[in-house]
Amino acid sequence: MLNYDIVVVGGGPAGMAAAIKAKECGTDSILILERAETLGGILEQCIHTGFGLHYFGEELSGPEYADRFIEKINTLSIEYKTDTMVLDISGDNTVTAVNSTDGLLEIKAKAVILAMGCRERPRGALNTAGTRCSGIMSAGTAQKFVNIDGYMPGKKVVILGSGDIGLIMARRMTLEGAEVKCVCELMPYSSGLTRNIVQCLDDFNIPLHLSCTVTRIHGSERLEGVTIAKVDENRRPIKESEQFIECDTLLLSVGLIPENELTRAAGIEIDPVTGGAIVNESRQTTQAGVFACGNVLHVHDLVDYVTLESYTAGEGAAKYAQGKIANEKYAVTKGRGAVRYIVPQRVNLNCGEDVKLYFRVGDVFKNASVVVKCAGNEILRRKKIRLAPGEMESVTVKNETLCTMSEGDTIEISVEV
Amino acid sequence: MIYDIAVIGAGVVGSLISMQLSQYNLKTVLIEKGNDVAVGTSKANSAIVHAGFDAKPGSLKAKLNVEGTAKMPELCKRLHVPFKLTGSLVVAFSPEQRKTVEELYARGIENGVEEMEIIEQDRLREIEPQINEVACCALLAKTAGIVCPYELTVAAAETAVINGVKFERNFKVDKIDYNGSVFTVSAGEKNINAKYVINCAGIYSGKIAEMIGDDSIRIISRKGEYMLLDKTMGSLANTVIFQCPSDMGKGILVTPTVDGNLLLGPSSIDVDSYDDVSTNSDVLDSVLEAAKLSVPCVNTRNVITSFAGLRSHPATGDFIIGASKKNPAFINVAGIESPGLSASPAIAEYVEKIMLDILGNVEKKEDFIPTRKAPVHFRNMTNEERKALIEKDKRYGTIVCRCETVTQGEILDAIHSPIPATDVDSVKRRTRAGMGRCQGGFCGSKVAQLIAEEHGIPLDEVTKFGGGSRLLVGKTK
Repeated sequence: MLNYDIVVVGGGPAGMAAAIKAKECGTDSILILERAETLGGILEQCIHTGFGLHYFGEELSGPEYADRFIEKINTLSIEYKTDTMVLDISGDNTVTAVNSTDGLLEIKAKAVILAMGCRERPRGALNTAGTRCSGIMSAGTAQKFVNIDGYMPGKKVVILGSGDIGLIMARRMTLEGAEVKCVCELMPYSSGLTRNIVQCLDDFNIPLHLSCTVTRIHGSERLEGVTIAKVDENRRPIKESEQFIECDTLLLSVGLIPENELTRAAGIEIDPVTGGAIVNESRQTTQAGVFACGNVLHVHDLVDYVTLESYTAGEGAAKYAQGKIANEKYAVTKGRGAVRYIVPQRVNLNCGEDVKLYFRVGDVFKNASVVVKCAGNEILRRKKIRLAPGEMESVTVKNETLCTMSEGDTIEISVEV
Repeated sequence: MIYDIAVIGAGVVGSLISMQLSQYNLKTVLIEKGNDVAVGTSKANSAIVHAGFDAKPGSLKAKLNVEGTAKMPELCKRLHVPFKLTGSLVVAFSPEQRKTVEELYARGIENGVEEMEIIEQDRLREIEPQINEVACCALLAKTAGIVCPYELTVAAAETAVINGVKFERNFKVDKIDYNGSVFTVSAGEKNINAKYVINCAGIYSGKIAEMIGDDSIRIISRKGEYMLLDKTMGSLANTVIFQCPSDMGKGILVTPTVDGNLLLGPSSIDVDSYDDVSTNSDVLDSVLEAAKLSVPCVNTRNVITSFAGLRSHPATGDFIIGASKKNPAFINVAGIESPGLSASPAIAEYVEKIMLDILGNVEKKEDFIPTRKAPVHFRNMTNEERKALIEKDKRYGTIVCRCETVTQGEILDAIHSPIPATDVDSVKRRTRAGMGRCQGGFCGSKVAQLIAEEHGIPLDEVTKFGGGSRLLVGKTK
């Protein structure tokens, strides 16, 4: 049995930032466990730029963004093991992991930081009718084949879903000489960043069909084409609008799912909307000493925001490992109406600092107001020109306000049109 | 080279027959049109071992079902194939259906099915807490179970191969000639000669028989579509839950799988095509609706994949097993629809007897190896077992498939198994890599890479399931 103050599960942007912050907060014994061959996580295959604009104020590629943190991990002498898969986290924060050099590892930790990231929703989850030929893969898998392995998944491409990875891959495949016929998006709006729609689709004349989906997959061995159709307001395909598009590749960018198998197995409570753990303001889950950050907690728009959230979790875990634990007196956060979710889901009223609440809306709004109520009293009303599901919003609740609240009170966020 | 026996079709039936015959000093070849065993109906079915009360009393189906089901637990144990004795329920959802349940019970008794009883609401709810509250009674059959059909097929075929049977893949039979003593089975330019042919071509068995002028076998292609739900849903059913049967089959069932997923289906629609295993959204919708009658809380939120299989429904309604009227050296094993999987161990022994009768005096091998090596399943091991395994071979310390916890060692074992896995789906069937909730999103490229390296081919020649099902089309610029 090994002993560490903090074990970080995952060495992507979230895990690295959390480990760095924890170290800077005075915790020395930290171990990062990463399942891939290198640190960096999914950033390593994101060779496009656009990372770091918010956090570093400059435009970096994915690997460049990751490198800044990898360097820091090395400078701070934070220990890590790659090619190492965590199998289990027990109720007393013992982490079981496996790799080919150490075999089976059992590590007792004071605090654990969950930073496993997310995965892409696969074709099967869409229940799309048709054959099960080759040529269908998630956009991220295609991205790995192209950017890491140097192989092309196909030549004539349809992309289903306008998530950012799908948009990025539309451009990437075009640059590599493939013909991207269109991007179909089920919703009447794209969930991708506006800058990606402009730079990845508009600049290359790739059509984006909104309220449109793939209804059938054709091809016995390799994909030969897809049927696409418009959908009605209930997202049901309109038969009369069906249209066959010849293609040899269908890339899916239809949503990301936080990878919380370990979290669930540990019995940690999950928010059914985010798919991530229920956490407090320091990103501590319902299991004492277990923290979560990054896309395993909820899917972020930008890696810059992952970094910031992970600093919060790293600081929280360091304090916990050092035994600096505030008395717990919780208020819960609650999204009303169009507010789909809020992270954190609960706030310790004794935390002694201002708390930033992150939230996402379920529809597009123009000129709407974000209203925050604490224990029924309106404490904030802010006009927003635009709110969209693809863009995370935030509000801050002051410590003074928290101090006036009682255990079990609600902090409510709503959108008024 | 003249083989004694050519078995056409490496589904569960052809593979078990080949294994059965590999006990003898016979030269046998197992011929398959696909790139692996278990690529037709044997990989896309309900994976149920039926108790045996469905088939018409006195039919070959009824006899071989009951016998096969009795043999299944022992056979699976021997071959290291997952099998669970879950029991099955045929549920009556209205007072009128009670009559059907009683009829099935009576038919079961006539067929020699043991351990059946009709249970009432309370007991039913105890066994299946999620069952629809309108359910009023059910036939409980304790001998029924669930099995992994493709793993059974792989295990049988591999046991055959380690006992000397030759496996010929990508051999799509298009012509069979007979010179009076030897058949020449052809696929384009390729020929295989054999003294006897056993036709286990499943949905194509009628067409194969026609190649020797036997047009007596009429197979109707009856499609069944399924949905597979995530393991978090696996506990919604503890047994195989049937609804009352109709002329078109046993109705929509809700069942756990041996791997802990939940399976809904199958639909039952006659189709013209013998190879169209595409799914249809309206059919899948109707499967879900029907499944809700049994377990109202099932929904599509946790679907991880949907698929279809084709039943080879014989026009006669019964299994067709025996020498062809056109040629006594040509044995038909046709029309093996449900409960074909359950019956398959008994079918194999039945055919073994037929062959021994024809061949007369054949010797058993002294060095027959009754099973393949047990495959490593890291996910099912205790931590102590895992520790010991990695100490012996560190390749089992690298996890490739996260969702199903499959190690590199297991994937390499599959690639180098007695019937080597040469495509991604073959690795998946043997190891479950890519069968979890991400459906190969993360591990697919690693599996493809291992196949390429181990078989010495470029990455862009790796296929999903052989033929033209390439994953990649070439290098980047």
